[in-house]
Amino acid sequence: MDIALAPHAHDEHPHGLMRWLTTTNHKDIGTLYLWFSLSMFLFAGALAMVIRAELFQPGLQLVDPMQFNRLTSMHGLIMIFGAIMPAFVGFANWQVPLMIGAPDMAFPRLNNWSFWLLPVAATLLLASFFVPGGALAAGWTMYPPLFIQGGIAYDMTILAVHVLGLSSIMGAINIITTILNLRAPGMTLMKMPLFVWTWLITAYLLVAVMPVLASVITMLLTDRHFGTHFFNAAGGGDPVMFQHIFWFFGHPEVYIMILPAFGIISTIIPTFARKKLFGYTSMVYAVASIALLSFIVWAHHMFTTGMPVAGQLFFMYSTMLIAIPTGVKVFNWVATIWRGSITFETPMLFAITVVCLFTIGGFSGLVLALVPVDIQLQDTYYVVAHFHYVLFSGAAMSIMGGVYYWLPKWTGHRYDETLGKWHFWLTTIAFNLTFFPMHFLGLAGMPRRIPDYALQFADFNMIASLGGFVLGAAQLLFVYVVVKCIRGGEPAGERPWDGADTLEWTLPSPPPYHSFTTPPKID
Amino acid sequence: MGARMSAARRRAAKAREATAQVPQARRPSCGSGCRQTSLAPLPWLAAGLGLASPAAAEFALNLPPPATEIARQIYDLHTLILWICFGIFLVVFVPMFYALWRHRKSAGHAAQPFHEHPKLEIAWTLAPALILIGMAIPSTSVVLAMKDTSAPEMTIKVTARQWKWEYEYLGHDVRFVSNLSTPQAQIDNREAKGEHYLLEVDRPLLVPTGKKIRLVLTAEDVIHAWWVPTLGVKQDAIPGFIRDAWFKVDAPGSYRGQCAELCGVNHGFMPIVVEAVPPEKFAAWMDGQKTALAAAQAASGRDYELAELVRLGEAVYAANCAVCHQANGKGLPGAFPALDGSPLVKGPRAAHLALVFDGKPGTAMQAFAKQLSDLDLAAVVSYERNAWGNRTGDGVQPREVAALRK
Repeated sequence: MDIALAPHAHDEHPHGLMRWLTTTNHKDIGTLYLWFSLSMFLFAGALAMVIRAELFQPGLQLVDPMQFNRLTSMHGLIMIFGAIMPAFVGFANWQVPLMIGAPDMAFPRLNNWSFWLLPVAATLLLASFFVPGGALAAGWTMYPPLFIQGGIAYDMTILAVHVLGLSSIMGAINIITTILNLRAPGMTLMKMPLFVWTWLITAYLLVAVMPVLASVITMLLTDRHFGTHFFNAAGGGDPVMFQHIFWFFGHPEVYIMILPAFGIISTIIPTFARKKLFGYTSMVYAVASIALLSFIVWAHHMFTTGMPVAGQLFFMYSTMLIAIPTGVKVFNWVATIWRGSITFETPMLFAITVVCLFTIGGFSGLVLALVPVDIQLQDTYYVVAHFHYVLFSGAAMSIMGGVYYWLPKWTGHRYDETLGKWHFWLTTIAFNLTFFPMHFLGLAGMPRRIPDYALQFADFNMIASLGGFVLGAAQLLFVYVVVKCIRGGEPAGERPWDGADTLEWTLPSPPPYHSFTTPPKID
Repeated sequence: MGARMSAARRRAAKAREATAQVPQARRPSCGSGCRQTSLAPLPWLAAGLGLASPAAAEFALNLPPPATEIARQIYDLHTLILWICFGIFLVVFVPMFYALWRHRKSAGHAAQPFHEHPKLEIAWTLAPALILIGMAIPSTSVVLAMKDTSAPEMTIKVTARQWKWEYEYLGHDVRFVSNLSTPQAQIDNREAKGEHYLLEVDRPLLVPTGKKIRLVLTAEDVIHAWWVPTLGVKQDAIPGFIRDAWFKVDAPGSYRGQCAELCGVNHGFMPIVVEAVPPEKFAAWMDGQKTALAAAQAASGRDYELAELVRLGEAVYAANCAVCHQANGKGLPGAFPALDGSPLVKGPRAAHLALVFDGKPGTAMQAFAKQLSDLDLAAVVSYERNAWGNRTGDGVQPREVAALRK
């Protein structure tokens, strides 16, 4: 990618491979994160294609049950830690300095190290498919005692997650420091673009919970190899304690994957409604309250473990509370659209769809928050539908919208609008075809994580598989549109979107290798 | 032991089911689509046929028809919440799509520069809070009812193992293991799939109707979850801990479910069938079980010919061992060792028996001492020693197993 061809006095840097290995430039590192994320997205997506092919019909056809468990476990793990999280860090690297008028990230060398840890972790995870016993097959949640039964791949997974966590923590520290210290003069906290706000809060969540994940997987490691019994009742431990600690990380993790998406949507909608974001202050408070609440809801993932009635009621009530700030965000987006001057470029189509489909994911979340209903739906396809509405049509589609929105800035070219819209419609239709029927499957009683199913689930599974194949193929179109845009296209100019008003649009497209070496002044 | 459900009982069970309220939507026979294997030349055509078959009536959209009071309350609660969510969806998105249409730039609409409205913002923070309170009240009462396991009329201990359920009627000294009964040939697409494909067991859990049944659940290896949707019960079974749950079935019938917590390679092949019968029938069954138990004990009290042990052992092997070690004794390389040609199986009898008796801690190999009778243990070890290429020509007698128990 030649994003940095604009002439500038300080543009000298190594070329070829060394440029990328040694880079401390936030734009280069952002690009690396985004390419890494895209490749992991395609790999984990390919795993999902095999899952859907196996589930196309009842009976075992393509893979044996063990292989199936590996596919579901690694699909989840790689999508979360390899695709969604690095994509948002990529956006943060590119956009945070540009949006706050900073010359670069606060710790450029740390930034390089944060990125280059990721391929190490990815190599460990990919290699784990080829060791004796095969890759992780105990679910991305790694519950013991099942996890304890696994082979060497499970230790490789622990190591990989440690490395990924290290990368996330360093990235988060970098983002916090950049936002707090490097804002242009005059940009107070309450004048920051909402995307920057959502990342500031997300970064705090990362710093708070990644060490918790690191602790709990270390306990797994010592249970496996060093004779401890943290999660073994025979030695005085408790397998359910793992779930408590894991979900104390895991629930904030859900918001780590959705808050930056809220930031992207809150950037796109005002641009194409040609209006300021409605209720900026309440948006900031809503994001902060979602983040705080995320620390006291974790056990709603565990209602069927059999906790005391007081525990079930507490976690049900606290989970329901999250609907309030989430609702505020949706209402504010609708009010931003209201009486705007709306156009429907690809980023806006993605943003509108995310608002609708994320809300559906929010509603199914509310249904799952109610203990009695959750008892029926826990560990069924309803839950699979729920978290794909939140993580695919929430997080992943926001990422796609954000890519279309900022591609002209990053590359200097306009993307192919027609192909972008094709990608949008194919993705939206195929996504719903794949995941909406899963609500019905879950309600009718189909458990998740099974390679074969009873005959009454056959029809919806077939529809879901057909939708899944189209959804997978549509993402190849996405890759084509992105590559085509990088290679050329109509020049974007400084500000291709007439409704955009954040600082990055004051720079040329693509921005010079070093931008804002003199900070802009904000009134 | 498990595999020996008599054909008569099977037929009786079927007849009962036919008259009972059918708990789950099912199809009379699978459409042409699902019998197709992956080798089918035109899977897309098969898909079309599958969708166009009479099975279209099987598109179940909701929770299955409840069979207990709790399941009914859950069903109604879900319906209520769904309608509330649907209402909110309309309230939010009808205005949004109206605005997207009316306020589009191509229609010449100019943006109105407003961006806050404190009263409106306070209103749409408080209104959802009130709706949530409205949802929390009915939910709380159902939670309290579900958690009330007091005063049961019968208690059944459920022990989960990879990949089977053991049921013990506490106070009755009756205990048995329930295994998947779907033949492997159906799973491998070599035979047409039956009506209750993957949701059928060799020995269902029999319970009386109209009685409050308390389950106490635990597991021996990993976490499992006992789930029957029509009964409204899903409870994790956790190794080293006891959890409880309860149900009271309204009407006789078969109620099907399966393990809901990922528990290893055969997680998808661990079904549950609860068969509810009138109390008097249940009492008769219980008496029959006790007689059968006494007969089994008597049967363990004598020696058998090797050929007979091997014959009995084949059925025990199919029900308890084949899921991992496979019917051909080849195991699954990397996961489960082969028994065909195994030095342990072909070696000294005592070591072989001891491994089956005590299991191998830290692996999926369970201790079968508590699961099988003396005769079954003797038979299965004798079978393994003489099946496939293992022609040791020796066996184990029930009295040798009995000696281990002392």
